[in-house]
Amino acid sequence: MTVDRVVLDAGGQAPLLPVAKDAFFAALDEGWADPRRLHSEGRRARALLDGARESLAAAVGARTEEVDLTPSHTAALHSAVSTVALGRRRVGADVVASAVERAAVLHAADFAAARGGGQRVTVPVDRAGRVDDEAFAAAVARPGVALAALQHANGEVGTLQPVEEAHAAARAAGVPLLVDAGASLGHVPVGDAWDLLAANPGDWGGPSGLGVLVVRAGVRRSPDRPQDEDRWFPGGVSVPAALAAAVALESALASQAGADVQRRALVGRLRERIPAEIADVDVAGPGEGRLPHVLTFSCLFVDGETVVGALDAAGFAVGSGSACTSSTLEPSHVLAAMGVLTHGNVRIALPRGTRREDVERFADVLPGIVGAVRSRLGVSDL
Amino acid sequence: MTEVVVVDARGLLCPAPVIALAKAARALPEGSRVTVLATDPAAAVDVPAWARMRGHQMVETTEDGEHLALTVLLGPAKAR
Repeated sequence: MTVDRVVLDAGGQAPLLPVAKDAFFAALDEGWADPRRLHSEGRRARALLDGARESLAAAVGARTEEVDLTPSHTAALHSAVSTVALGRRRVGADVVASAVERAAVLHAADFAAARGGGQRVTVPVDRAGRVDDEAFAAAVARPGVALAALQHANGEVGTLQPVEEAHAAARAAGVPLLVDAGASLGHVPVGDAWDLLAANPGDWGGPSGLGVLVVRAGVRRSPDRPQDEDRWFPGGVSVPAALAAAVALESALASQAGADVQRRALVGRLRERIPAEIADVDVAGPGEGRLPHVLTFSCLFVDGETVVGALDAAGFAVGSGSACTSSTLEPSHVLAAMGVLTHGNVRIALPRGTRREDVERFADVLPGIVGAVRSRLGVSDL
Repeated sequence: MTEVVVVDARGLLCPAPVIALAKAARALPEGSRVTVLATDPAAAVDVPAWARMRGHQMVETTEDGEHLALTVLLGPAKAR
């Protein structure tokens, strides 16, 4: 990576925070051993792992024994849905989920529901990507629901979801609520309106190869994997990754308020400049009630992949929810559920410390890039 | 008013179906109906989104298993 690169695609995996890198390297020395072993080296690794869990638990207001470390965010979500559905199979096999949940949740819901002879009940969202809390409550109150899932915020478009209302409705119905905070934790307060909480260390500047699942005591779940000392996630996780994740979260939370103000202003600037300076842009997600650092917009008549490539060549790393180059790929189910243009999509998640001048420079070059693609496609006058 | 212009965008990937539709729409007066046929799943979202952005109205969307047929009622030319 040269000094000229500007990463605006931190969703799911942000650049590793320096304190996380230091903790990771320190743990390679101190915590290299198998934490299941009884010798001094093993016990030292175990102490680091337990310390990481304790720190993560404190960060979300949970008890240490409620925190499971998982091999990935996807694995955490799959397990949450699958093991609760199995544990509550006598109640029913339906899984309620919003239409804009992460694909891992939707796929796990389909899998678990099919296994138990139930169905996934999908609750739609409005144009801003927000689930209708009354529709969600009605879906949860139906008989035969094993589990409900509602993300804390959507990582593609930034929309905060009504998790408190959803949790109250789920509680009244006696249904556990899984809240995917994979795009929220480390950026905004995630609250306590959940029975299961999934979070993603990579998203807050921790290492990849690790996930977090917090399960409140009293939530019934059954293992659906072969027996192992690590009951829910057989084989355990990397000790250095766990320590680095915990250190990164402490650092992220300590600077959360400042990072919120700073990145919210930068995203606000882009929300203002982009539609003003480029014709026919569909900006997704609400202006208020959103994550501070996430922005998605779609440019009419261009394909997202070409725009991503041109921005990359200009030094900017961005994502896209478009699927124009391959007929086998579906476009972003989130944009589709919202009714937002799926082609020409650019997805941004600002890492902490993103500089204002880089954001302004991005907004400076974007109109020319979109204009060049439109000109090449002969659509400039459409 | 009853005549519907059909744009065949089957086999084209996004954004080509919307571009073909927009090109056809440019030549037609307000109140015309245009139906675009598409196999690209993105068209199901992108045609209504284009219509919303350009002041047209969606009339209907049908699917016969092989392709989508999306019909739009065109708004004033100024918006296009």
